[in-house]
Amino acid sequence: MSTTSAAAGEVGRAAGGGDGDNGGKVPLSDRARSERRLGWYLAGPAFVVMLLVTAYPILQAFYESLFKYRLTDPDAREFTWLNNYLVVLTDGVWWRAVGVTVLITVITVAVEAVLGFALALVMHRALRTLRPVLRTAILVPYAIITVVSAFAWFYAFSIDSGFVNSWFAWVPGISENTNWFGEFGTSVFVIIASEIWKTTPFISLLLLAGLAQVPEDLQEAAKVDGATWWQRMYKVTIPNMKAAIMVALLFRTLDAFRIFDNVFIMTQGANNTEVVSFLAYRQTISRLEIGLGSAVSVLLFLCVVLISFLFIKLFKVDLASARGER
Amino acid sequence: MGRRTGSVAAAAVVLAGLAACGSDESTPTLTWYINPDNGGQVELASRCTEAADGAYTIRTSLLPREASAQREQLARRLAANDSSIDIISLDPPFIPELAEAGYLAEIPDDVAESVTENVVQGAIDGATWRDELVAVPFWANTQLLWYRRSVAEAAGLDPENEAVTWEQIIEAAQSQDKYLGVQGIRAEALTVWINALVTSAGGEILDNPEAPADEVQLGLETDAGRAAAQIIEDIARNGLGGPGLANEDENASMLLFQGDRGSFMVNWPFVWSATLAGVEAGDLDQSLVDDIGWAQYPAVAEGEDSRPPYGGINLGIGAFSEHPDLALEAAQCIVTPDNQAYYMVTNGNPASNTEAYDDPDVQETFPMADLIRESLEAAAPRPQTPYYNEVSTGLQNTWHPPSSVTPDSSPERATTLITEVLKGERLL
Repeated sequence: MSTTSAAAGEVGRAAGGGDGDNGGKVPLSDRARSERRLGWYLAGPAFVVMLLVTAYPILQAFYESLFKYRLTDPDAREFTWLNNYLVVLTDGVWWRAVGVTVLITVITVAVEAVLGFALALVMHRALRTLRPVLRTAILVPYAIITVVSAFAWFYAFSIDSGFVNSWFAWVPGISENTNWFGEFGTSVFVIIASEIWKTTPFISLLLLAGLAQVPEDLQEAAKVDGATWWQRMYKVTIPNMKAAIMVALLFRTLDAFRIFDNVFIMTQGANNTEVVSFLAYRQTISRLEIGLGSAVSVLLFLCVVLISFLFIKLFKVDLASARGER
Repeated sequence: MGRRTGSVAAAAVVLAGLAACGSDESTPTLTWYINPDNGGQVELASRCTEAADGAYTIRTSLLPREASAQREQLARRLAANDSSIDIISLDPPFIPELAEAGYLAEIPDDVAESVTENVVQGAIDGATWRDELVAVPFWANTQLLWYRRSVAEAAGLDPENEAVTWEQIIEAAQSQDKYLGVQGIRAEALTVWINALVTSAGGEILDNPEAPADEVQLGLETDAGRAAAQIIEDIARNGLGGPGLANEDENASMLLFQGDRGSFMVNWPFVWSATLAGVEAGDLDQSLVDDIGWAQYPAVAEGEDSRPPYGGINLGIGAFSEHPDLALEAAQCIVTPDNQAYYMVTNGNPASNTEAYDDPDVQETFPMADLIRESLEAAAPRPQTPYYNEVSTGLQNTWHPPSSVTPDSSPERATTLITEVLKGERLL
């Protein structure tokens, strides 16, 4: 997949170069045209598959969302225009779920960015012989299926079979009888902690790739000029890997916003820990209200689009430069 | 790209497997969708296959563990006219929804008559929708009051001979500094508890359960609804449900009851076989078993009879089955009193047919068998409505955590939420 799109980018760049400075009014050279065609041949199949597996379900969901439609009562299906959206957007449950989702997203992404960066530095600086072992060790949580990790964390904190209460009874506020899944604050804490443990390796791996792109000669020049470690970090390392950081944050934000497994396993949405994906699940799968559930899903999709848009426009994330093409 | 190819290949393998299943047409194969148990239904399937003598073979297919997840899978499959569903082990609260949608095959009158003979009333009610029997009663569950004899004695109660009320066991637990085993988790178990409290107080959660969605009336804003909320409030506010009340399911209640601070518990009879198994495995002491007593579910008001919870499994016949007649025959074989007795003894799930209780093995394994039968006769089903999922989830959302329940606010909150959800004005 990545080879295909990289090749397409390459071709696009070559073709763009052929355009010269006149903004595409000059007819393309034969070479540029055939390269562009090759780009489509290479990327086309993937593009068609993407349309089939993403665009089609999205359009279908939008269509369904215009109906009042219960799966077990197909005869009563009724076209209601945008009424489902009105119901969702005027309901406190939706806004509370959005609030909880944003809270979880902001905290997990912020903590993961710091932790992930530290881990990336460790991996980057580790001795060559140690590096593969270290990388594997850091990646282990990411290799675990989310549902499995959610169960592991759930049982660790559970009041009857968990070990956390007895191990950490010396910490003020934790006792043998602390019911982690009994109220909002503690439930969200465990959900967030599990999410961080699970996905920090992902962010650190992306940041490691960014670290590798920082030119060594710049570092050395700064060192020669007498810059301290912190100065080099702020003036050389971080500015040079800004694109990688932003891409890592974007990917993780999109991922975190769609959180489902942890909540589903640990609280089933109890104690107001309901998140947006869970709300969509409850309407569509549990209530079998296809129309209302589709409306929630479409709104979730729009949130994700909005997040991507904000990242790309506001933070000027350039996906091409993150791949080291510019 | 590699992952995608992989899943396509996997799908191809699955499809090939399905095709292979359907190709053997010499003996019709009936698929029985079963809920997880201790292997009893698989054994019954093979017994009935043998008894059919080549007329059909029963194959079992396992549903998810949670009742709500079972319903989700069945509803989706049946909505897609799945012809592989011949016999279904159904949790009674979901029967009206599937019956109303036309997903259950009709049961002829003569069969209905024979499969309800000697069956406890609770189980017949649970298998009936709009005055028609739509499922074959299989096993029927009910909750009893389990108690530690030592604690009851110290508190001056004798539940075995004198019916006790919630107030009495709350006071007893308080005076003895013990925990009560109740189910406060935000799950079906909580609805079971609320329904038992409301019906025991002489009320109903729904006044007109058969009405269309936008006309359903709730019966919670009544003395019965408030009495139910009061009991939950008393237990939660005084910490009598233990520290884990908000996550306490049936299993957690049992563990609490078996512990040092156990006193009284409302729970299904599986706790008896589970406790005996614990003793056999050496995890629990025999003295615990000797200390356990059982009695009718607690009443809300003194002098009034309680309405214990009703649960269990009834057998539905899939409306899109290719062999509905054979499936009906097979269901009748599965529910014979002998098979029910076997199932009760080996899997701990009580029979719906009273004849099974005369079986010596049943009497020996369950010293409380007669009480279970009496409890089943008095049991009240949960609201029988096609919108049961909305009603139950709405209750769980508004009556959880138990520490937030009050007689003034909870019935009203539940009524508002459920009414608006059923009218399509709210999310759930």
